[in-house]
Amino acid sequence: MSHSHQTEVDSQDSASLEYLTFTLGDEHYGLDIMKVREIRGYEPVTKIANAPPFIKGVLNLRGDIVPIVDLRIKFNVGEASYNAFTIVIMLHINERIVGIVVDAVSDVINMKAADIKPPPEFGVAFDSEYLFGLVPVNDDMIILLNIEKLISSHELGLFDETAMASEG
Amino acid sequence: MSMDMSQFHGVFIEESHEHLDEMEHLLLALDPSSPDIEELNSIFRAAHSIKGGSGMFAFDALITVTHVMENLFDKARQGKFQLHTQAIDALLVAVDALRTLLQSYTDGTEPDWALVNATTADLEAILNPEQQQNHEPEEQGYGFFQPLTEQNNNQDGDIVNTDNKAVSDNDDDVGFGFFEPLPSEPIANEQSDQDEGFGFFVPLGTEAVDKTATSQPDEDGFGFFAPLDNEPVSPQTQQVIEPEQGFGFFEPLASESEQASTPSPNAKPAATNPAPPSNPTAKPGPSVGTTVSKKEIAPKAESVEASSIRVDITKIDSLVNLVGELVITQSMLNLIGDDMHGPTAERLHSALSELERNTRELQEGIMSIRMLPMSFVFNRFPRVVRDLSKKLNKKIDLVIEGGQTEIDKGLIERLVDPLTHLVRNSLDHGIEKPEVRLEAGKAETGKLTLKAEQKGGNILISVSDDGGGLNRDRILAKAYENGIDVPENPSDQQVWQLIMSPGFSTAAEITDVSGRGVGMDVVKRNIESMGGRLEIESHAGLGSTFEIRLPLTLAILDGMSIAVGDQMFIIPLVNIIESVQPSESQLKQISNQQVLELRDAYWPIVKLYQVMEVEPKSARPSDGILVLIETSKTRFALLVDDLIGQQQVVIKSLEQHYRRVPGVAGATIMGDGSVALIIDAESLALRVDESFANKEMG
Repeated sequence: MSHSHQTEVDSQDSASLEYLTFTLGDEHYGLDIMKVREIRGYEPVTKIANAPPFIKGVLNLRGDIVPIVDLRIKFNVGEASYNAFTIVIMLHINERIVGIVVDAVSDVINMKAADIKPPPEFGVAFDSEYLFGLVPVNDDMIILLNIEKLISSHELGLFDETAMASEG
Repeated sequence: MSMDMSQFHGVFIEESHEHLDEMEHLLLALDPSSPDIEELNSIFRAAHSIKGGSGMFAFDALITVTHVMENLFDKARQGKFQLHTQAIDALLVAVDALRTLLQSYTDGTEPDWALVNATTADLEAILNPEQQQNHEPEEQGYGFFQPLTEQNNNQDGDIVNTDNKAVSDNDDDVGFGFFEPLPSEPIANEQSDQDEGFGFFVPLGTEAVDKTATSQPDEDGFGFFAPLDNEPVSPQTQQVIEPEQGFGFFEPLASESEQASTPSPNAKPAATNPAPPSNPTAKPGPSVGTTVSKKEIAPKAESVEASSIRVDITKIDSLVNLVGELVITQSMLNLIGDDMHGPTAERLHSALSELERNTRELQEGIMSIRMLPMSFVFNRFPRVVRDLSKKLNKKIDLVIEGGQTEIDKGLIERLVDPLTHLVRNSLDHGIEKPEVRLEAGKAETGKLTLKAEQKGGNILISVSDDGGGLNRDRILAKAYENGIDVPENPSDQQVWQLIMSPGFSTAAEITDVSGRGVGMDVVKRNIESMGGRLEIESHAGLGSTFEIRLPLTLAILDGMSIAVGDQMFIIPLVNIIESVQPSESQLKQISNQQVLELRDAYWPIVKLYQVMEVEPKSARPSDGILVLIETSKTRFALLVDDLIGQQQVVIKSLEQHYRRVPGVAGATIMGDGSVALIIDAESLALRVDESFANKEMG
């Protein structure tokens, strides 16, 4: 298990990796900064009928209608509250834009693939399928997400199956 | 060179297709017995433009074919060649060949030289029934020495020579070459003469030649001669003296210079006629032949160019988006303006209303860029009908109406296939053979009508024929035979719908025109995927009509914005019949379904707050407003809290970043920047069908 993750990270970028770190509840996460389109404050969204609760709705991102996902609800981390400090990270994945709601954005970290430790099999809200591994930064342990896999996963159901197939 | 030029390939290919379409169109309209000279010129121009462009890209196959066509038209318009039906047929075949060749250049594959040779041979045979062999040497020989009376003929022949030579070259270079390569001319005498006389032209020539490398050859050719027009006096006098000097020993010249020296203000002959003598190797031929035509057509060609430009559709789409943003910003400003008071506020308000008007006009303007006239599709059908009627031995008149009706570009491209199919079907199955028609007491010539018209937010496109109509019994028999589900006691409408089932074909004899059995269902699917409907009307012995009903555009929609709870929705205006504020007495309960009784009709009520899962202001219909909605399937009353207002909205796709949502056709951005969902009335109708339709029937 650990091996396969290691190679996946390696193949992605063997030199230096840049991750944007953020918090969900008390946990620290990181995601590949190249997938981030922009970071903005939480704004009211337009609700969508028959959508699961973690899909907050859609909003207008300069003419694009973009879905907003609250990972806190989906993975039961922290408390899904919305205040002036709530942050939305707009991700650019498979030609699509998706916003994820997080509690705070902390930092951008640089690391080497070798620094990444295998993810634990338990104790993390996310299925290890969606993780690259762990990285210790200062006193914190940062969980590196395979955000692309997570967002396009069947579990989130953000994209139509057919659309996913055509995009690979 | 090809590397540098490759960036222009796309433009060239697209333009060439347009030229081919135009050629075809004109050829079909041409009356062979008395061709209109202007039309001939246009066809010639189209052929020439393709040739010119092909020269730049070294598309030799195209050059070869267009070149022969060019010759033919040149002769035809000079009255040296009488066009006839066979010639038109051959030319149409050549147009097809050019399309095929163009496609192979588009795909980067090797052109089919056999096709090139066959096509040119056919055309040459028509052009020169006797002397199709030995074309080149012969003409090279006499091209220069023939007496003047035949000069024009020779020039045509000469075109063949030079261009064949120039096949891998830019043939416009060759055309201009005759001013440039003077020093290399074999006859010194002439050279010096020319230097004197044409010294005036040389700089221009060089300029033009330089320019050909990067820009359109046509323009250069024309630009080169233009100065003569502007200063007709001095160049003319120079020429007059000059050819006489230089060409004393050339037979044709004396008379030619006579022509040139006639004090006509016509700079054209003056400019071109001295040309042949200056280059004894027959090079002047083409420049005479072609430049004359350019001269004549130039002003027209220019105006055509000015009338349209080619723009990438993505640029327009991003403009549409930007304008949408602008509208939003504008309404934000309005909100801020409302908060202001005092004398400045007044000025601000008037400025804002000015801005609002401009924004709206800008938006309308940009939307209209996406619209194209239906004639873009319709114009291809005269050819289809002509070819097919010949093949099927039927006589058919094609009538096209409403070609100027405008429709979204995105739709127009997707309409081509379904329409072609419908037209072929009508020709093959619909309209009877002449004998049959005469027997039935109809005119021998069948009539096929293509019609487009705008009705509200829809565009109706119909293909109708005055043929035998659909054969109910045969369709039913065929349906049973193919195991297609047939309703009991089907109505005519239901029977007609059967032909759109997969795997259905009724042609008694299977032809290569239609009858492959994969027809109408694909047509139907294509049309439905555009958000349209296909309707069939048919009367035995009188003919059938296939009507396509499409939304006007995919980009904008006339809608009614309504509120439910704290959310806004848009209902397409086409679906709305009227809105009522129901009184308690109008509300009835039929089994589980609440209905509205209005003017003796019952309308099942669909509650939007239920469908959209929002908290309404009040769940009781008598507190809200019922919007009466009509869809293709059924009618119902939609319960909403409030009507906000009517507005045009820009349709945005939800699927681009999310997924399809049941009951929702798309989304749009409101004035305050928020997102509103657009209701898909058709899919809401499905809910009614399930829950109510049965009870209503029962």
